[in-house]
Amino acid sequence: MVTLTAPEATAPALDGPTVVDLSGAPVRDLNQALHNAADGQSWTVTNPGGKHSLAVGINADATVTIEGHAGYYAAGMHQKGTVTVTGNAGVGLAENIMSGTVHVKGDASQSAAATGHGGLVVIDGNAGARCGISMKGVDIVVGGNIGHMSAFMAQAGRLVVCGDAGDALGDSIYEARIYVKGAVASLGADCIEKPLKAEHLAELAELLAAAGRTDNPADFKRYGSARNLYHFHVDNSTAY
Amino acid sequence: MCGIAALQLRNPSLHPRMGSLLSSMLCQIVDRGPDSAGLAVYNTPGLVSPGTSTLSLLGRDQGMTTADITSGVAALLPSDAAAAVQVVGDTTLVSAAVGTDLLVKAVTETLPAATVIGRGEHVAVMKSVGHPMEIAADHGLEAMAGSQGLSHTRMATESAVTAGGSHPFSVADDLCLVHNGSFSNHASVRRELKREGVVFDSENDTEVGARYVASRLQQGDTLEEALVNLGKVLDGFYTLVVTTADSMAVVRDPIACKPAIIAETDDYVAMASEYRALAALPGIDNARIFEPEPGKVYTWSL
Repeated sequence: MVTLTAPEATAPALDGPTVVDLSGAPVRDLNQALHNAADGQSWTVTNPGGKHSLAVGINADATVTIEGHAGYYAAGMHQKGTVTVTGNAGVGLAENIMSGTVHVKGDASQSAAATGHGGLVVIDGNAGARCGISMKGVDIVVGGNIGHMSAFMAQAGRLVVCGDAGDALGDSIYEARIYVKGAVASLGADCIEKPLKAEHLAELAELLAAAGRTDNPADFKRYGSARNLYHFHVDNSTAY
Repeated sequence: MCGIAALQLRNPSLHPRMGSLLSSMLCQIVDRGPDSAGLAVYNTPGLVSPGTSTLSLLGRDQGMTTADITSGVAALLPSDAAAAVQVVGDTTLVSAAVGTDLLVKAVTETLPAATVIGRGEHVAVMKSVGHPMEIAADHGLEAMAGSQGLSHTRMATESAVTAGGSHPFSVADDLCLVHNGSFSNHASVRRELKREGVVFDSENDTEVGARYVASRLQQGDTLEEALVNLGKVLDGFYTLVVTTADSMAVVRDPIACKPAIIAETDDYVAMASEYRALAALPGIDNARIFEPEPGKVYTWSL
């Protein structure tokens, strides 16, 4: 058992981040220390080696940098702080994020930001299938492409894709807004293209800036719900 | 679940380290399938040799001494066939300088109860029930050299936890297939293949996939074509890795529920269920790392 100690909240910034080397320290100890973290602390995780559940359940305005590739469920249930992964992230990145920021500089696997309620998830590379599935308020900005069935049953929040989107984008979508710069392989049930008005250009510019991107908002197309699926149609009453 | 780790070494200077690299990969996928495991190694000195056919038989105890098996098999083969038998871990290897069909015939006459789990000039296949790392240690994987290696840890769903139900399924010369997932229509495809005269060893769904690929290859498909055709015929969830004497292929079903990640360098191509299995490979920091696209067949040849 390795005991990790957080730097004092009052420690001068010159002390730099607490370094946790996961080639020796267990993930459980890292996460426990992060759960005890105070606002303003910063942490660097080295040799992550694709381990699962890194930096899960943070609930402080702490800054965590994972130097390398993270495994499944990195930065899950995240609140307040900032987690940066310098490499790739596995399945279920930032699952159920509530607030704060999660930034992956490489690619993310399937189900990134699934069911996220709030906060910002930035993926500089590509995201796999089911990105933003059942999103409930999270903002997601993907620099590259996203896989099939992304924003499936999305309820709230914004999904910005600077590359292409796979099949069945926004299938059974409720009220989230989707912006795609590249090609969409196909739209899912009840997802349609919608006009890009001034208010959308403004929010898109804000999201791109928050993600540190310089793409032109006018190059994007907006997609959203046709609202035919989740309203009951009396014409269908005999079907039951 | 189930875990897969596969390694094709492009740089011959890495061949002596094949077993230790595959072992480090296997160690990280044990959690995904602790029931049973299997290994396939290609061109491993001491297990196979050029110009000789080798059969891998399930189990160390075939009910006869190795000397009796050797003489029994030798008696059924030409005098210059130089039949040899060795036990490696939980596997019995029978080699002779004849074609595999002739060797299979001689082995099944000598050992009617034997199950052939691997055949060919280049591959040795080893399977057992228990902790995957113990199985690897029993077979001495760590010290094995080779050009390619494939390992699978199984969390059984479609058939019983038996050594025979472990992957890889090797049903044609130097061909191996491992599977993470399940085929939902394997029973009907099995019936079709049986009608064409294909004989099965087990009730396992993956064996149907392996027999299907073998049947397509026999009909002239390339490895890529065989896997494209598999996608049209077999329904279900799958990430598959298929190896031949000089090739490796990866394919995921179009829905892609089952994970896969690939790392490619000038020295090797490695595929695993999870990145952590690749983390200890040499030069991984500079490798091209990507997830295979759903429904797309990837092949690499030595």
